[in-house]
Amino acid sequence: MIATNRPHAMTAAQTHYCPGCTHGIIHRLVGEAIDALGIEGRTIGIAPVGCAVLAYNYFNLDMTVAAHGRAPAVATGLKRANPETIVFTYQGDGDLASIGMAEAVHAAARGENITIIFVNNAVYGMTGGQMAPTSLPGQVTQTSPYGRNEAQCGLPVKVCEMLAQLDAPEYIARVAANSVKNVLAAKRAIEKAFRNQVEGRGFSLVEVLSTCPTNWGKTPKDALKWMESDMIPYYPLGVYKDRSAVVTDRT
Amino acid sequence: MAKLTIQAENCKGCGLCVDACPKKILRIDADVINHKGHAPAQMTDESRCTGCGFCALMCPDCVITLER
Ligand SMILES: Cc1ncc(C[n+]2csc(CCOP(=O)(O)OP(=O)(O)O)c2C)c(N)n1
Ligand code: SF4
Ligand code: SF4
Ligand code: SF4
Ligand SMILES: [Mg+2]
Repeated sequence: MIATNRPHAMTAAQTHYCPGCTHGIIHRLVGEAIDALGIEGRTIGIAPVGCAVLAYNYFNLDMTVAAHGRAPAVATGLKRANPETIVFTYQGDGDLASIGMAEAVHAAARGENITIIFVNNAVYGMTGGQMAPTSLPGQVTQTSPYGRNEAQCGLPVKVCEMLAQLDAPEYIARVAANSVKNVLAAKRAIEKAFRNQVEGRGFSLVEVLSTCPTNWGKTPKDALKWMESDMIPYYPLGVYKDRSAVVTDRT
Repeated sequence: MAKLTIQAENCKGCGLCVDACPKKILRIDADVINHKGHAPAQMTDESRCTGCGFCALMCPDCVITLER
């Protein structure tokens, strides 16, 4: 038996991602969820603008790309036009939490029956590591060479905490791709976010903390460590909203 | 017994599998370079592999296949 391999929902293409970038792990988890639910023939993915813009090369699915940040609006149209289709967006933090904030918040507020995979790596990866709304206080980026300054730039947007305040969303969770334990939890959360849509439950968003070794200026290994030491304490992992659960479990 | 295959030509040499392995039997050999220009991960002692799959779980590039 092959225990771990490339999911069927992924193509054989080699990704363009930098060595050790956890976008690749998150792609695999999305593919595994699609395999597990047997929805490959009826799933459409929407790639963002960002490093994942080429995601259409990596999934054995119908794929499209939205203008920067507009993936939830495109997903809304696709889903409403053909409710049997399973529709997901795959969006970075610049895409979703900056230019596309309005589309994400309103899709959540409308309770659209879509799945959003939100990849938070605390920078604009594709364009060279500029500060994102999600960059940590004090974080050194291309555009904050002395560290993100609260007085000048304000403080980060915590997407899960914010969206969990809305009444309509079904499931909002934050996971991380930095360790065996956390990747296993991420796998469960992503599968649940897709299953919710199959069951018609409504809007599900999983925020996955991800690394950008290249723009963080760290080795892949040190990037995982920085996520544990700096990123996770600021962005606590857990389920922020789950309308199907009796008790919310924040592990 | 577990059988682990590393598709060395597709490996980016990131080393995440090396760190994830509880048995510390994977390594990056800097003297070997694949067609991408990366030094791929290698198995050093297959007899100690438990088949836990941690390496494959942490591989961003689906390079590791595990049969058990
Ligand atoms: C309308 C528009 N504005 C700006 C850009 C430039 N741009 C390309 S990708 C990007 C941000 C990408 O960051 P993120 O969404 O976090 O994705 P990552 O690459 O980090 O995964 C920006 C600002 C653009 N392509 N289109
Ligand atoms: S720039 Fe950053 S986010 Fe983009 S592929 Fe490289 S490591 Fe990943
Ligand atoms: S399966 Fe487990 S023991 Fe074997 S190489 Fe991978 S991580 Fe190490
Ligand atoms: S995690 Fe994958 S890509 Fe990275 S060194 Fe190991 S086998 Fe190669
Ligand atoms: Mg980003």
